[in-house]
Amino acid sequence: MEAEAAKFIGAGLACFALIGAGIGIGNIFGNYLSGALRNPSAAPGQFTNLLIGFALAEATGLFGLLIALMILFG
Amino acid sequence: MAEEATGLVFHPMDQFIVKPLFGGAEVHWYTVTNSTLWMFLAILSVAALMVLGTRGRAIVPSRTQSVAELAYEFIANMVYDNTGKDGMKYFPFVFTIFVFVLVLNMLGMIPYSFTVTSHIVVTFALAALVFIVVTAIGFARHGVGFLKLFKPDGLPLPLVPIIVPIEIISFLIRPISLSVRLFANMMAGHTLLKVFAGFIVSLGVFGVVPLVATVAFTGLEFLVAFLQAMIFSVLTCIYLNDAINMHDHH
Repeated sequence: MEAEAAKFIGAGLACFALIGAGIGIGNIFGNYLSGALRNPSAAPGQFTNLLIGFALAEATGLFGLLIALMILFG
Repeated sequence: MAEEATGLVFHPMDQFIVKPLFGGAEVHWYTVTNSTLWMFLAILSVAALMVLGTRGRAIVPSRTQSVAELAYEFIANMVYDNTGKDGMKYFPFVFTIFVFVLVLNMLGMIPYSFTVTSHIVVTFALAALVFIVVTAIGFARHGVGFLKLFKPDGLPLPLVPIIVPIEIISFLIRPISLSVRLFANMMAGHTLLKVFAGFIVSLGVFGVVPLVATVAFTGLEFLVAFLQAMIFSVLTCIYLNDAINMHDHH
């Protein structure tokens, strides 16, 4: 296999990390929404926690994207 | 990469090239580039909003004054909620970071402009600043006791060799996760817009579909631009809270 082709395949594979980020972000917002509909008055207090969870879940996926970019352009 | 025939007239990554504005193609540390220009424009627009907008100090605010006040109150509440009374000292720091990142993200949404925050060197510098400030505040306030941050209260002794390294790694990885999150979000979003924009021309009549998608994504990008600035400052507040109040809640 040519090195260039292997690079592209590797970059594509590295983007699989975003699957986890997608699942995680969906879980966080979905659970926040179902919780917020059960008890709307408590929802605003948890908004910061929502964003922290979102940020942490997203970061792990973006590390994978970063690896893909490093393979392509590094 | 750019010379491969991809069907696009431009390469989606071309928008991120840092070009010197005057003279040759070499970039030194003092070269005025398009990145410098847009950072400067960001500072100018923040100054215009904050200084000129609030100059009237009207009881019934004008539109610009009201935007400035909203931004101020938004961050003041965020800092107070997350760090408590002791943290309000650091409000100017958080406010500066929030407004700078927000304006850079928003200026990047102007067509043909340059998104400064889509470069990891910029976001990493900001994140490293946050990391250094937080660590300095922690050691200044608690001395060596700040190291107790790595050992939560009530931790059973057998778990210490497992939990403490994890806590140390999660502390040290903060500048990386903080900077990568902002940079990757801005870069991925802008690349996505350019890739979709390329489909509009190449699909002919059916280009209407990607056109609608591009318009919708542009709206989403405005939301992301705000959200990422907000997340950056929320996390700065949380890190500050760790340094100021350690693990206990205020």
